[in-house]
Amino acid sequence: MVEQVSNVTHKYLRPKKTFPNVWCPGCGIGIAMGALIRAIDSLNFNKDDVSVVSGIGCTARIPVYLDFNTLHTTHGRAIAFATGVKLANPKLHVIVISGDGDLLAIGGNHFIHAARRNIDITCILVNNYIYGMTGGQYSPTTPFAKNASTAPYGMIEQSFDPSDLAKSSGATYVARGTVYHASQLSRLISQAISHNGFSFVEVISNCHTQYGRLNREGSAVKMIQWQKEYAVPASAAARMTREELEGKFVTGKLHEVFRPEYVSEYQKIIDKFNEEEEENRQLQES
Amino acid sequence: MADTEKVEVKKKWKKRSDPVVIYKKWCKACFICVEMCPQKVFDTDRDGYPVVTRGLDCTQCSICWLHCPEFAITSSEK
Ligand code: SF4
Ligand code: SF4
Ligand code: SF4
Repeated sequence: MVEQVSNVTHKYLRPKKTFPNVWCPGCGIGIAMGALIRAIDSLNFNKDDVSVVSGIGCTARIPVYLDFNTLHTTHGRAIAFATGVKLANPKLHVIVISGDGDLLAIGGNHFIHAARRNIDITCILVNNYIYGMTGGQYSPTTPFAKNASTAPYGMIEQSFDPSDLAKSSGATYVARGTVYHASQLSRLISQAISHNGFSFVEVISNCHTQYGRLNREGSAVKMIQWQKEYAVPASAAARMTREELEGKFVTGKLHEVFRPEYVSEYQKIIDKFNEEEEENRQLQES
Repeated sequence: MADTEKVEVKKKWKKRSDPVVIYKKWCKACFICVEMCPQKVFDTDRDGYPVVTRGLDCTQCSICWLHCPEFAITSSEK
């Protein structure tokens, strides 16, 4: 099994891309990408049956390296493109992977409405609390009082909890993982891909170049080890009080329900329409 | 010890000295593997790149290659 682990990632990289990748040394996005690859590999999908869609940003560079059907779209519109892909070819496993700024700020509306519709897309949000690529501006998930290049005196706005937002918007599978817990992360991602309906995985990652530097959080290694200290497994969190959970984040599967899925409901309408058409034709013939 | 057995042990020993292989061209010297390895298998060379120095201690726990953001580490045993 482990032999596959060490060679698995290389099987799914585009052979003609230049490596090493574009990310800063030690950026957790590479770890998240490895987890995604192992998750897809564990499900034994054909490369042609998977479509990975992203927007703009550091995280959105992931599909560039992946040897699937990939779409690198405009800023914030990853889910809109993915909805189109899924409706045009429901057989594809559509995975959206993008950052917090891309999915929650510019693409916020696409996000909540895709979750509400319960369309069978897997959405992976790599949350590093800041806009990395464009220069460290604050994003909707930058915690209160933390610094960003556009908040030099500290963030005065409240931030989103992406998992809560997904859950209350109607996503039927919600989970949170960290790049520190890499093998748990690929388990969560493969569960999310297998789920029928809108599934959401939040990945806590590190941006030591922007967020870490502005907030004096230290090196990549320090930021990744920080995740270990502040992550609380969902089973343990159930027994903890609100005060104990203050400042921490819960990891693992957070929510799963089953509701009618959008693409199959849409297919029912098409089938019904075809049936009526057929009946009309037969009536006219007789 | 029979000769064949000796050869076997020797082979194992040789293999053991390099339980994981680092592809230096892709490595960006981020130290994640150096710091996260529970057995402290890696040291850094003069340029700051990790090198396997205590390969015998490696337990093939997979932590280093699961966390390398550059996919630069592969296991040579498993
Ligand atoms: S800017 Fe931040 S998020 Fe972007 S590659 Fe560098 S560390 Fe990663
Ligand atoms: S984790 Fe990978 S990129 Fe980082 S120092 Fe180790 S081998 Fe190099
Ligand atoms: S497999 Fe585990 S023990 Fe071996 S070098 Fe990697 S992290 Fe260290």
